[in-house]
Amino acid sequence: MLLRYLSVIGLMWLGLGQALAGATGAQLYQQNCAVCHGETGTGGIGIPLALPSFQASISDDYVRQTIRLGRPGRVMPAFTQLRPDEIEAIVHYVRAWNKQPPIIYSSATIKGDPVHGSQLFENYCVACHGVNAEGGKGTGVTFSRPRELPIMAPALHNPGFLASASDAMIKATLMNGRDGTPMVSFLKRGLKEKDINDLVSYVRSLQKQPLPDSAKVLTVESPVIVRDSPYDLKTTVENVKQAVSNNNFFYGRVQTLEYGFTSPENENPKQVIVYFCNISLLNQVLAIDPRVGMFLPCRITIFEQDGKVKVMSVNPKVLSGLFNNAELNPLCDQMTQSYTAIIEEATL
Amino acid sequence: MKKLMRHLGLATLLLSLSLPAMAEGLLMARTDNQFPEAMTLLQSAIAARGYKITRLQEVNENLAKRDFKSDMYRVVYFGKLDEVKAVTASHPELIPFLPLNITIFAEGDQAILVASHPKMLEQFFPDPKLKPIFDHWEADILSILNELREAK
Repeated sequence: MLLRYLSVIGLMWLGLGQALAGATGAQLYQQNCAVCHGETGTGGIGIPLALPSFQASISDDYVRQTIRLGRPGRVMPAFTQLRPDEIEAIVHYVRAWNKQPPIIYSSATIKGDPVHGSQLFENYCVACHGVNAEGGKGTGVTFSRPRELPIMAPALHNPGFLASASDAMIKATLMNGRDGTPMVSFLKRGLKEKDINDLVSYVRSLQKQPLPDSAKVLTVESPVIVRDSPYDLKTTVENVKQAVSNNNFFYGRVQTLEYGFTSPENENPKQVIVYFCNISLLNQVLAIDPRVGMFLPCRITIFEQDGKVKVMSVNPKVLSGLFNNAELNPLCDQMTQSYTAIIEEATL
Repeated sequence: MKKLMRHLGLATLLLSLSLPAMAEGLLMARTDNQFPEAMTLLQSAIAARGYKITRLQEVNENLAKRDFKSDMYRVVYFGKLDEVKAVTASHPELIPFLPLNITIFAEGDQAILVASHPKMLEQFFPDPKLKPIFDHWEADILSILNELREAK
């Protein structure tokens, strides 16, 4: 009797879960995807998912795997927190935009000559997809891109893409192109089917090559850069201001951490923040990823505790990991070097 | 059986509500409101959860001063004085991450909000005593973003 009840409850749970997943596909899309891909899939930071030619050339499994794995280093995160039924609900919702019959691609390997494919790639694909198949620059929409062009060439040499796209899907995309994007039909550009097989074979061979920089996320050894200061707090603050100027930044303001929380006379004077900026660098960073403002302006903290003065800042390499945007890596690295130089100069 | 079904339904609903979906890295939301309205809603949502807004960083104005164009863009800093005092007294290395902040910028007729996961700090500062506060910040920021996402 108990077993029967338990199995009924189990079945109901499963059914409820599925019903709930079906009912919440739109909601889950709004929560997880709409911020980048737009409420109706028109694109933005992310690609326009509702584009008819895109929908007509992908499989459900491509969407499913893309949600699961993301694109390391290429803005699209892996949604590891989503349950399988939630991913299915999103796939179902997104695929409802497809007005064509659904496609199920074969998972069979397409045989071709990767060496010839590499030559073809250099001639036909590099201009958009990059020399190392690292994809177009920037996120879909940034300050540096017109909003009417929200497409960027995907990174093909990316573990997320290569695990999501079958050979057959890559081949179909090459054969047919995608209307409404710069991706043209390479049959119409004069390639033969054999050439296209060679190209597919080359793209697949990227899987065996070392991970490119475009798919790398900086690892952070320490979340903060910190040094002891041999000077008193006031002198250290002045030293930081001077070091900021010496390193091509301008300092904007000096405030306590508690500024704005309480009246000035009640603020803790032993926790001081020096804010500084380089507007050109700021613009450069925002053009790569319009969301980065949350870590700007730059700031260095000076605090005194138990008679000891320390100077510290966030390690900007933390950024790259958060944003999953490998294009930020060199700038984050540069910022880490600048912060370290300023802190060390101030505490010398 | 009816009672059991009701409990089961409620439990499922609560489970789904208590597991907000998040990607690794960032907390983000898109609001259907234009930037000025979204900005007002954001400040009100932050204040409604007992936080004090300490500063509004005017990013686009600063860019404009140097002739760089950008959409409306703000970083909103906020926190609770007693919490900030408590965590930085025991863990001054948290100062660079405080006050909490939410970035908001216009995208056409809508606005996008971005924040880092306060729970991210857990991996950097694994002191179990800090976990409840990171959890509470995470829940509050999620709730703020959800409020903005749902505001029409």
